[in-house]
Amino acid sequence: MTGGVGLIHYLVVAALLFTMGVLGIFLNRKNIIVILMAIELILLAVNINLVAFSAALQDLVGQVFAMFVLTVAAGESAIGLAIIVIFFRGRGSISVDDPSRMKG
Amino acid sequence: MIQAIAFYLFAAVVLISGAMTISSRNPVHSVLWLILAFFNAAGLMVLVGAEFIAMLLVIVYVGAVAVLFLFVVMMLDIDFAELRAGFVRYFGIGLVLAVALVCEILIGVFAWSAGGIDLARRAAPSEATVPNIVQIGNLLYSRYLFVFEGAGLVLLVAMIGAIVLTHRERSGARYQNIARQIARRPQDATRNMKPDVGQGVQL
Repeated sequence: MTGGVGLIHYLVVAALLFTMGVLGIFLNRKNIIVILMAIELILLAVNINLVAFSAALQDLVGQVFAMFVLTVAAGESAIGLAIIVIFFRGRGSISVDDPSRMKG
Repeated sequence: MIQAIAFYLFAAVVLISGAMTISSRNPVHSVLWLILAFFNAAGLMVLVGAEFIAMLLVIVYVGAVAVLFLFVVMMLDIDFAELRAGFVRYFGIGLVLAVALVCEILIGVFAWSAGGIDLARRAAPSEATVPNIVQIGNLLYSRYLFVFEGAGLVLLVAMIGAIVLTHRERSGARYQNIARQIARRPQDATRNMKPDVGQGVQL
């Protein structure tokens, strides 16, 4: 946190990135793969926040938790993509609107 | 000075590639922009001295998650033009909501001040002399050992779940039956014959 770059700068970048992730979910409402990517962007913004606070407060716990967030994000995307693959196999499409027609 | 330049460079590229990720027409391009965003976010984290997280970001996100996305996007034969149908329709309301959200967060950020944070009560103070990865290692394998094991368990469950979900039995395929192979003895499989001359062997 030197050279005129402070915690605020990182927080602003993370806020903008987070908003982009949320906007991505809105814009690509039908394409679930891009929605998963937008969720990755959101988690990246969270990680930037955690690491920035960790550096600003000189407390390592933020970095440790950023690692756990990373773990969960990796697991989530693996399971999500596996579900997309089996959904595509059964239906031939990955449109988000289709699952609402599923019964049971 | 050089740090400020690097910060603004990384931050600008992260934001631009994030915007391109959500607005690209082709999901393959989206994944590639996402990879660029991760690389530059890793650069941002190197700048504040979190080298371990930065390298983890490059290895886990770029090396594993983004490549997984790329595989799935390329493997599924999807008409992506059809999936973009709602893009223009939701652009206006999405943009309004996003601007509102970012204004709220920024108001929160600029109204925030560290105020009463007592630096003596930090949970795990970092020291400037010890390398980042040594400190994180010490912390992970002592105080956060069980959480660390839990994270490993999450990854294991994710791996098994992904395999179980996507595995399928093909009907016509012939699989190796290892137990039967091992149980087979020479006396079950071979016979000693003593055929007469000119008779041949009856199988």
